[in-house]
Amino acid sequence: MTEFKRTELHGFHAGQGARFAPFAGYEMPIQYTDGALAEHRHTREAAGLFDVSHMGQIAVMPSNGDMSDAARVLETLLPLEIESMPVGRQKYGLLTNAKCGIRDDLIIARKEDHFMLVVNAANKSADLAYIRESIATSCQVDMIEDRGIIALQGRKAETCLRSVLPGLPGLSFMDVCDLDTEFGQLWIARAGYTGGDGFEISVASGEISGLAQTLVDATDARPAGLAARDTLRLEAGLCLHGSDIDETTTIIEADLAWAVNKSRRPGGPKAGGYPGADVFAAERDSGAARKRVGLGTDSRSILRSGYSLFSDEACTDNVGVVTSGGFGPSVNHPVAMGYVDRLHAGPGGGIYCMVRRKPVQVTVTGAGFLQSSFVK
Amino acid sequence: MRFSENHEWVTRDGDEYTVGISIYAAEQLGDIVFVDLPDDDSEFDAGDEAAVIESVKAAAEVYSPVGGTVIATNPAIEENSGLVNEDPEGEGWLFRIRSDNPGDYEALTSEEDYRDSIQ
Repeated sequence: MTEFKRTELHGFHAGQGARFAPFAGYEMPIQYTDGALAEHRHTREAAGLFDVSHMGQIAVMPSNGDMSDAARVLETLLPLEIESMPVGRQKYGLLTNAKCGIRDDLIIARKEDHFMLVVNAANKSADLAYIRESIATSCQVDMIEDRGIIALQGRKAETCLRSVLPGLPGLSFMDVCDLDTEFGQLWIARAGYTGGDGFEISVASGEISGLAQTLVDATDARPAGLAARDTLRLEAGLCLHGSDIDETTTIIEADLAWAVNKSRRPGGPKAGGYPGADVFAAERDSGAARKRVGLGTDSRSILRSGYSLFSDEACTDNVGVVTSGGFGPSVNHPVAMGYVDRLHAGPGGGIYCMVRRKPVQVTVTGAGFLQSSFVK
Repeated sequence: MRFSENHEWVTRDGDEYTVGISIYAAEQLGDIVFVDLPDDDSEFDAGDEAAVIESVKAAAEVYSPVGGTVIATNPAIEENSGLVNEDPEGEGWLFRIRSDNPGDYEALTSEEDYRDSIQ
């Protein structure tokens, strides 16, 4: 029998009536008693509390104490401008391979004396090994094992958090800070992966249940599971590594060129110097064979991951595949994204999908369905 | 009330049979987003696919446990598919069938045996 790992919040989840299922080797809450739709809506309208402790927190510290050295070696792995990142900021980045495929997507934060990377749970062991092997000669690379992460997301997230942590400083989107509190030292980022405002809070394992319980008992925040997390990010057009992006999808195919910082693009002062840079440059010029797009349908047809996409109503000419799909409770409409060949990737284009054994018209759109509400 | 292998329930009123999904099935599906119900006058044999329920998680086929002709579908579901989650064995009924053959119904599982089987 396979043993699944549990986060420190497992007891909290059980106490809140969670229904668990395996995810990335962990037994995680998929939903609680309110159900996924209600959790999604509550997150948009107020605040949802997510356990993302299964994700990997990797500290990268320069062996000689010089943060510029650490920045430079990290730039050999990530197409980002890291050297000039100020302390107290973080960025979204893509860990690439030689074909410009995406090994993982991550967040990198600059602290005083180290960089903190937060990586996807399913990839964290591989990421740790790869990063360590690549930069061990100049940096100490360690997985943080004694802290978990709470994501508090929604338009009332700040109100809720501030009522429990009155010392919380003002933070703009993608700011990070360390804060000493009654729950120990918290590492806080104003960020999230739900397409709205929120915070990601790293907490010591011994304190995380206390913080979660306090937020749920004393504020409008309600626990929300992985099912709601998936519909929230899908509505916002955000990729899930392992579904929408992976080692075989290039940055250009995935429509994530914006995540390559300007200085690292062809023609920039620090162009290239990361795995797959040559593929990025070539695809930027001549286009990629396929493209990640949003997929729109009538209101009753839910496209699901794995469904094939066709150019013809008879559904014989396969031009793509759905990589994520479901129902978007905030837009009250099905939402989906997938890949189509370049010929069919133009916005407004019409393609087809078989849903419940009938061909359904699908419109190619941009991948987000919501106006984002990031706090600038 | 009797039950099929696929977690549908049926109640009988003369030659009219009302069909829905069990509480267990509704719980497994999670939040139901919409239901594709059959047209009135559709004809089914026992075991034919009669409806599809789309939940947040997946699309699930509903098979008609009795053969016959559809005489009604639940108008409340069209407006509010969540009713199937709220009261799957009552207000969340799906459709009604008229059948000449009581044998289909007799062949289904008793309520007591069904509830035992899902423990």
